[in-house]
Amino acid sequence: MRVFLTLLGREVRSYFYSPIAYVVLVFVLLLTGFNFSAGVSLLNRGPSEVTVLEAFFNTVLFWFGYVLIFPLITMRTFSEEFKMGTIETLMTAPVGDISVVLSKFFGAFIFYVILWIPSILYFVIFEWITSAQAARASGAYFGSYLLLLVMGAFYISVGCLASSLTRNQMIAAVISFASITLLFFTGLLSFIILNVSPVVRDLIGYFSAIEHMGEFSRGLIDSRPLVYYLSMTVLMLFITLQVFQARKWRS
Amino acid sequence: MIEVKNLTKRYAGVTAINDLSFEVGKGEIVGFLGPNGAGKSTTMRILSSFMPATAGTASVAGYDVFKQSLKARRHLGYLPENVPLYTDMRVDEYLHYRGSLKGIHGRKLRDRIVDVKELCNLTDVERKIIGTLSKGYRQRVGLAEAMIHEPDLLILDEPTIGLDPNQIRQVRDLIKNLGKRHTILLSTHILPEVEMTCTRVLIINKGRIEASDSPANLLAKLRSASEVTIEAQTGADNGGDQLSAIAGVKEVTLQPGEDDWKKFILRVDASSEIREEVFRMAVNRKWNLRELSRSRATLEDVFVEMTQAD
Repeated sequence: MRVFLTLLGREVRSYFYSPIAYVVLVFVLLLTGFNFSAGVSLLNRGPSEVTVLEAFFNTVLFWFGYVLIFPLITMRTFSEEFKMGTIETLMTAPVGDISVVLSKFFGAFIFYVILWIPSILYFVIFEWITSAQAARASGAYFGSYLLLLVMGAFYISVGCLASSLTRNQMIAAVISFASITLLFFTGLLSFIILNVSPVVRDLIGYFSAIEHMGEFSRGLIDSRPLVYYLSMTVLMLFITLQVFQARKWRS
Repeated sequence: MIEVKNLTKRYAGVTAINDLSFEVGKGEIVGFLGPNGAGKSTTMRILSSFMPATAGTASVAGYDVFKQSLKARRHLGYLPENVPLYTDMRVDEYLHYRGSLKGIHGRKLRDRIVDVKELCNLTDVERKIIGTLSKGYRQRVGLAEAMIHEPDLLILDEPTIGLDPNQIRQVRDLIKNLGKRHTILLSTHILPEVEMTCTRVLIINKGRIEASDSPANLLAKLRSASEVTIEAQTGADNGGDQLSAIAGVKEVTLQPGEDDWKKFILRVDASSEIREEVFRMAVNRKWNLRELSRSRATLEDVFVEMTQAD
């Protein structure tokens, strides 16, 4: 456990040693800030069915930026160690493979959580200034941020897997970007192909990040997406561990 | 401390090391020599549990490097060949991180960091970012890191590469000192260094052990153990014929000299001393003599003889 915490500390700190962290932070701040103000001004034009929170989490801009975050924060996790050769000092210290994989994952996850903290302030400030509700109920906040966490965990685990496959950060970024976008667009199929049977549509709905967010930001917390994202995260991390261990044998 | 039995490693059809067996006892400083590509780094990587062997077993401090890898790694400090370091960390920070990874904490860790920084002359760069340090400093950061947890065994892959002569001397003294408390296996291409620091030499070539002995014994065994150089004007004599008649001389080679000076290189048995006899011969035959010297074979000669493809 102590080894894991040491590794985790180094992972989280290493984000702030590199300029990538600050670039991503600024990028996410700009994106969420613009997205938030666009949502508010849209609602300014007339009465609307959606709340500020729902508008914030369900725009094209939000999703466009969202899928871009993951390649940026996960591409270096394993690739950099392979490229710099530090994997050799790392793996000849008394540390287990599982600790290494988990520390990489949770390191990226903690950074991801830090990225979203400022956005909570938007809603606090909004409610403070306008003394109006930004969401239907406090459960809607809870729901949207909970989904943000589990969905993020899944996409980060995909990114970690991509990074464990190669020593080249660019290739890792491309693999994770392609797979995450592909996963994301699977959920969009029901919007594109309209004449499918309701069964297929329901099935696709289970994978649709947009539908999940639509429900959760209304405060409708469904256990099925939570189970789906968390179990997929575990699966991805398990595959990452296998890939990471297999590397030894190939070299 | 190290036990290697019938170790073999093949990469995609290429055999890097072949049926290697050797032992290193506690307190030894063993120099691991061999031409590039002989399998030194591969052996060291297997010993440090970085990669598994294709066949055979290896153990460190009594623990199998594959089956009890974590326990073996606790007893080991390893400096890889190119000294990979996290270039974005500060020296102090890096030593602290690596120390706690290796299971030392709190006051003990702080004391050890101060100690290794002093041993490796790093105190003046403790706040610097590793990426900005010169090669020599990085090398010493790697060395400091390898010994931070006072391991029983230190495996150093070319610890003096990239250092200037002063730093090489410092590191050599450091290794000698460390040898009092630790067992050390080090690889290097700087042979005088091995003669000065190591208690035993392992020479490996094409994945096999060619020799394993103390530097002194290796030199004694060598065919060309000793050479005598003579430069003379031999007048009417041919010179070579007379010199080869002396007892103990195995081979005479003539090198062209200036004017009518001739330079002879004599290979002689390590035990026999022929210089006096050469001198008497020169006097008797009225040769002019301006050089008469004997040189001992160096480890370099041993190395070349054992590893050169013939």
